[in-house]
Amino acid sequence: MSAGSVRDPATPAAGTPSPAGTGAAGTSPASSTSGLRTPSLPPWGVPAVVAGIAVLTGLLVLATPLGGRTATVVVFALLLVVVQTALSLAVEGRRRATDRLVTTSVVLAFLLALLPLFSVLEYTATRGIHRFDVDFFYRSQRSIGARDPGGGAYHALLGTVEQVGIATLIAVPFGLLVAVYVVEYGRGRLAATIRFFVDVMTGIPSIVAGLFVLSFWILGLRMGFSGFAAALALTVLMLPIIVRSAEEMLRLVPSSLREASLALGVPRWKTILRIVLPTALPGIVTGVMLAVSRVMGETAPVLLTAFGAASIVRDPFRGGPQSSLPLFIYQQAGDAQQTAVDRAWTAALTLILLVMLLNLLARLVTRRSTIGR
Amino acid sequence: MSLGALPPVPTDPADVRPGSGDGGPRPASLPLRTSGSGTAEPRGDRVFRGLSVSAGVALLLLIVAIALFLVVRAVPALRADTAGFLSSTGWDPNALPPRFGIVALAFGTVLSSLLALAMALPVALGVALFISHYAPRRIAGPLGYVVDLLAAVPSVVFGLWGISYLNVPLAGVSRFLAEHLGWFPLFARAADDVYTRSLFLASVVLAIMILPIIASLSREVFLQVPATNQEAALALGATRWEMVRTAVLPFARPGVIGATMLGLGRALGETIAVAIVLSPAFVVSLSVLQPNSGNTIAANIALAFAEASATGRGALIASGLVLFVITLLVNVVARAVVSRRREFTGGAL
Repeated sequence: MSAGSVRDPATPAAGTPSPAGTGAAGTSPASSTSGLRTPSLPPWGVPAVVAGIAVLTGLLVLATPLGGRTATVVVFALLLVVVQTALSLAVEGRRRATDRLVTTSVVLAFLLALLPLFSVLEYTATRGIHRFDVDFFYRSQRSIGARDPGGGAYHALLGTVEQVGIATLIAVPFGLLVAVYVVEYGRGRLAATIRFFVDVMTGIPSIVAGLFVLSFWILGLRMGFSGFAAALALTVLMLPIIVRSAEEMLRLVPSSLREASLALGVPRWKTILRIVLPTALPGIVTGVMLAVSRVMGETAPVLLTAFGAASIVRDPFRGGPQSSLPLFIYQQAGDAQQTAVDRAWTAALTLILLVMLLNLLARLVTRRSTIGR
Repeated sequence: MSLGALPPVPTDPADVRPGSGDGGPRPASLPLRTSGSGTAEPRGDRVFRGLSVSAGVALLLLIVAIALFLVVRAVPALRADTAGFLSSTGWDPNALPPRFGIVALAFGTVLSSLLALAMALPVALGVALFISHYAPRRIAGPLGYVVDLLAAVPSVVFGLWGISYLNVPLAGVSRFLAEHLGWFPLFARAADDVYTRSLFLASVVLAIMILPIIASLSREVFLQVPATNQEAALALGATRWEMVRTAVLPFARPGVIGATMLGLGRALGETIAVAIVLSPAFVVSLSVLQPNSGNTIAANIALAFAEASATGRGALIASGLVLFVITLLVNVVARAVVSRRREFTGGAL
């Protein structure tokens, strides 16, 4: 049993900051056995243990009234951890046993984190596919009750597009200017204060942004619920995200570019507009898209500011209450009728698809970037 | 128009500090000046600088305005309150006379968030470690992206999933816990044996939602640990876990604390998922497994908003102000912890 190596001699050799390996790492085969080497599990030890536990779990599930997917997985994981640690403890000693225990736990933690993701995606897809039809994207909920079949989310989609669009139009120039100030002009206490509060602002709960627009715009200025009010709330949420990402991207632009431009006599503002911003553009676009995908799913601030409506409202400024996709989900899901719940799931599927598409596009844009990662 | 003029002369060494590599100290002023152009910066520069400065100041004003307007709208409702806002648990602001207090809501908010944190933190750290130090390097990047996707799922979808998928199985787990560990205050048994739509369910959903946040921020910190530290530990004969424990975790601790606080802040303010899954009640109770054993500030705002009177809206805004202050405190502490670390190591979070 002593064919294994002493603790990973090969791993740090490559000089990588993060020694990589599979879950079964640590048992790279060594050439010879000598008295200096501590005994270790053979390379096939871990797969063998995993296979053994799998068989054991299968027998347990068959023989006892355990049943259920979840229970099976839990039993398998627990048995694996216990048996492997015990074996390792007996053969290799305490230190390697701890190491193996941690490795297994870390892998299990990762798998555990994936469970809800796949569950949400799978469940949304299977439930949402029922109403994923033409009507859903073509009709509104006008004069459609909770029990009625049909109906759609056209009005909600329109609301989402308008609200997020307006919010983006306000937040992007504003946020870029703040980022330019912080990176290019900012110094001293003011810049530090702004940076700090941008950080703090990312932590403002979305409902507070909604409450702010409610008390300022709707109750204070008596403007009433509208898509524009929702856009204002979403702007508050988008701003810090855009400032942070743009700031990071601007910092990545090499100072030699700026210096070259300034040395040619180009004024500072033109240098920023023509040299710095275009260089950082792909990264900035990515940040904007991530911010858009983030606020697109916000329900609470929209509930407080646009309130929701069943019919199509085209005018976000004077049209009165407007719906949005997440708000549509929330309100349809609140009905006990299956037809309404079906609509909610289809809207959820649509929303997830939109958000993931934006995320994917954002990554693709980054890949084309010449600076950054 | 200004091509003849010199670029604006930085009056402060810190003025020109863009980019990652700053080329050392600069002369405070250049010896050369074109005659006649004076010291004024070109007009385009003045305008652009003015614009960006005012954008920065406007952002600060925005934050002040948020606090200010919440206070202005909250005060009339608080005046009308006949129960103590900071001392009573009930919530009846639409009644005449209005009676409401924040205690039950604040308690439920903090309790559910702490529970969520307790569940999410170990898993998130495991995920972060897996991606930064355990997964094969080639697939570590894509795996990290998959975990980030979890953060992209909108909260309303998590709420919908929580109520229609997770609710019943989790009630089974709750029943098991209550029957076997019922002596523990958190796991108190329900008299009617009902365990659905509990604060525990809300906490689990919150935990799932904050997990990717903590995981991705911690991962960034773990990746910044200097390779030399880790190689030194390995060279001294440490196993991988000993290397992580002695070289990675101490270095990353402030960053992890900051990430945890940010996750906590997110959990405190999460609204719609909790509003969907929770069966709320205005009580201070530790029995999180049972329905009607608590409520959170944010969820209550979403649930009570539609039917609120003028005073009711004021009361909700007042509760939002409390939430704002709590999350502000958590975030300020988090940022302070993180930035103190940045001073020492020059890393970025």
